Amino acid sequence: MSTTLAGFADPVLEAQRCFRALLEAMSRPGRVQRLATGLEPPSPLSQAAAAVLLTLADSDTPVWTDAGAGAADWLRFHAGCPLAAAPEGATFLLACAAPPPLAALQAGTEEEPHRSATLVLQVAELREGAGWRLTGPGIESVHRLLVKGLPDGFLAAWTANHARFPRGVDVVLCAGDRLAALPRSTRIEEP
Amino acid sequence: MGVLARASAAEIAERLGQAPPLPQHQRLRGPETGLAMVRGRQGGDGAPFNLGEMTVTRCSVRLADGLVGHAYVAGRDKQQAEWAAVLDAALQNPALRPALLEAVIEPLATAQAERAQRDARKAAATRVQFFTMATMR
Repeated sequence: MSTTLAGFADPVLEAQRCFRALLEAMSRPGRVQRLATGLEPPSPLSQAAAAVLLTLADSDTPVWTDAGAGAADWLRFHAGCPLAAAPEGATFLLACAAPPPLAALQAGTEEEPHRSATLVLQVAELREGAGWRLTGPGIESVHRLLVKGLPDGFLAAWTANHARFPRGVDVVLCAGDRLAALPRSTRIEEP
Repeated sequence: MGVLARASAAEIAERLGQAPPLPQHQRLRGPETGLAMVRGRQGGDGAPFNLGEMTVTRCSVRLADGLVGHAYVAGRDKQQAEWAAVLDAALQNPALRPALLEAVIEPLATAQAERAQRDARKAAATRVQFFTMATMR
């Protein structure tokens, strides 16, 4: 387990800044946040996805990823997180291609809904003002978010995920240095 | 590596002054200080137990030619950890290795051996034989 790429130049401050951006993204679903880190993640990770994982993952959180051995090694080296063999065992999931089905991931329990997985999903593009109509907590009336490069059937899977609230999976969408969050409480409608 | 871990930053700096210049490096991780749990076994082969935590500083660097070096040293000396990591990487380069071994590692090892011997001599002078009857016969 070794890597030839650096992590955060200033681990404390950059992780704090990234955490703040994530907090902002989670509390205002669909609002696009920009993460200006100087990170050079291994391919195929985007800057935002890599920064999110470096910020959140640690030795207590198994991570599952389909990004390949290079990216997994980089993550293990800098975050010190164990790698989960199966998506069901992971706290954080990083999907660059088609993600595992949302229904298969840890969804927490009725008593402890926070024991659920968070899926970090890399997409091609994120833009506000068009596309999906998001409603729910954290959105005053309706918020529009356009997401390109999502796998087929994501919307149906999301509807099922939203329906089992308070259990469920949260999703962070990442494209380049931009990210937007979809907490399980958010309802998505096609435009 | 053990030689570098035992040497202080000042000692390494002194030796580096007489060595060929080290290649440029980029920090991959750290230098950062943390705690590592030290485990012990009673009698050397008993059940393992946690003896206590010690302060450890670690650093990983990459040289311009792609070699990666790592260092874990006891204490909080970040400069020592960084130099040890850079030397770890540079020593993997066959072109630099002989010169660095001669200018840095070997003098440090000699000095450490001498210091250990001096301490051992001092300690031996005041040694008490508890089992005189058994050992003197």
